[in-house]
Amino acid sequence: MTSIKKGLIGVALLLLSINFLGFKSDIKLPDPIMASVLRGKEVYKAQCLACHQQDGGGVPHMNPPLDGALNVNGNDKARLIRIVLNGLADRVEIEGEMYSNSMASHKDLSNQQIADVLTYIRNSWTNKAGLVTVEEVKIGRSKLR
Amino acid sequence: MLKIVRYGLLVASIIGMSSTKVLANDPIKKLSKKHVVADTINAGLKLPTGFEALKVADNLGRARHIAVTAQGDIYVKLGKLSSGKGTLRLRDNNKDGKADDIQSFGNFIGTGIAIKNNYLYTSSDDAVYRYQLNANGEVMNTEAPETIISGLINRRQHESKSVALDNDGNIYVNIGAYSNSCQIEDRKKGSLGKMPCPILDSAGGIWKFSASKLNQTYENGVRYATGLRNVVGLDWNTQNNQLYVMQHGRDQLHDLFPEMYTEKDNAEKPAETMYALKQGTNAGWPYVYYDPELKKKMVAPEYGGDGKKVSTDKNFADPVVAFPAHMAPNGILFYTGNQFPAKYKNGAFIAFHGSWNRAPLPQEGYYVAFVPFKNGKPSGEWEIFANGFAGVEVVTSTRSAQHRPCGLAEGPDGSLYVSDDSKGTIYKINYTGK
Repeated sequence: MTSIKKGLIGVALLLLSINFLGFKSDIKLPDPIMASVLRGKEVYKAQCLACHQQDGGGVPHMNPPLDGALNVNGNDKARLIRIVLNGLADRVEIEGEMYSNSMASHKDLSNQQIADVLTYIRNSWTNKAGLVTVEEVKIGRSKLR
Repeated sequence: MLKIVRYGLLVASIIGMSSTKVLANDPIKKLSKKHVVADTINAGLKLPTGFEALKVADNLGRARHIAVTAQGDIYVKLGKLSSGKGTLRLRDNNKDGKADDIQSFGNFIGTGIAIKNNYLYTSSDDAVYRYQLNANGEVMNTEAPETIISGLINRRQHESKSVALDNDGNIYVNIGAYSNSCQIEDRKKGSLGKMPCPILDSAGGIWKFSASKLNQTYENGVRYATGLRNVVGLDWNTQNNQLYVMQHGRDQLHDLFPEMYTEKDNAEKPAETMYALKQGTNAGWPYVYYDPELKKKMVAPEYGGDGKKVSTDKNFADPVVAFPAHMAPNGILFYTGNQFPAKYKNGAFIAFHGSWNRAPLPQEGYYVAFVPFKNGKPSGEWEIFANGFAGVEVVTSTRSAQHRPCGLAEGPDGSLYVSDDSKGTIYKINYTGK
């Protein structure tokens, strides 16, 4: 029994318990993102979870996945903000698949709520993208017709 | 360290013991000593005693509905093109139950497929076509299907056009409503319903057309039944000459009206419903939904309901059978074969695709159910017939289900075929009595 082995087992057990608690994606985040993620999670539960599911996996051919999605992780935050504000009722192909359900507009959410929920989905499951700020949502909203 | 190893072994042996226990409780495996072999034969499915299952084919793509010829070939309609083709023909030349010859044709995707009077009918999401079959049940010209109906509404949501044929030369087509509950803004929290719901003029019902007249559009058909949000599974019952349909009930009672419905209400309401249709039947969507707990038609929250208000409208039909919510019945088949035990004769098998709108509660469905019938009426409670398609004990997110039952067909030998549109597996279920 070496101390390295003991250490490895310790790390493994620690990772396991973190996984069980569901904190895996939250734990290493810097404070401002972490705070936004925690608020965003509540918005997600109330507004998004029904269709996009608790693991962000979506529903095959109906509601697109958020986990691992280019649209979510990418740099085009303006597009992401636009989708939340306007909803998505067009027949669009997303990464080679068609999705049939319509998404309603969520423009009645506050800029803070939208920033938080987008920060949450960009930093949950396997996603590791940056913060979406209130200012960015504000700009997005001002461009709405 | 040794302690940890011992502990690990203990955990492993506990897990091992519990899985042995599960196996021992399984009626099929109790009878057969060949545990591993039986599992392989049953393709991962749990079936009643005396039944066995095998995979006819795997990885076909989005295998939606299926039809089997008198010679035993299986035609599969695909929801996504596979190498540019949208229909498959599976053939088993060496008669081992596995398809060893797969042909593909047709450049359109869809769901509906049926065989009647030497024609293969297939549907896209806005049209119905047919191909003439030769005496061997083979499509004579795969390049030139006849267009029976075209121009049907296809607005993304509930787009599939499933078909069923009667014995009098008619074809029935589902035209699903392009909406959840006919709200002014679809799936928007608190948005009220349009009155009257304009969708019902051209969708949200079953349309009847001639099965042999070419180039029909809405004008040539009749709206046979209305108030049906979305039907994917429908079948003609030849015992009492009547069309039976499975409606996908509305979604999101809690998400859209959280002050009236809890998350639990959302997961458990409304029922997925079977209707026996006559010309003119109105099942009540979007104005009412069926509450499986209260066993009553309730006024929808978009139309003045509050979760407690019972509908008094006499125009709306009652379901023949009510199933748990959101399980998405995608296929129904009245069994007319002689292979299965007598209780199955003329009864209905229903393929439940599996839910998504029960979140955050665990999802349900992902199985084939059975309802015994006598003279066109249910003669007993429904039961789960084939389970285990999902491959996991609990489905928390829809994507974790490995297989999702979609279409059903009866083989010439009386076996039951089930298609899965997730991994593209075709299952064959036989009764051996063992």
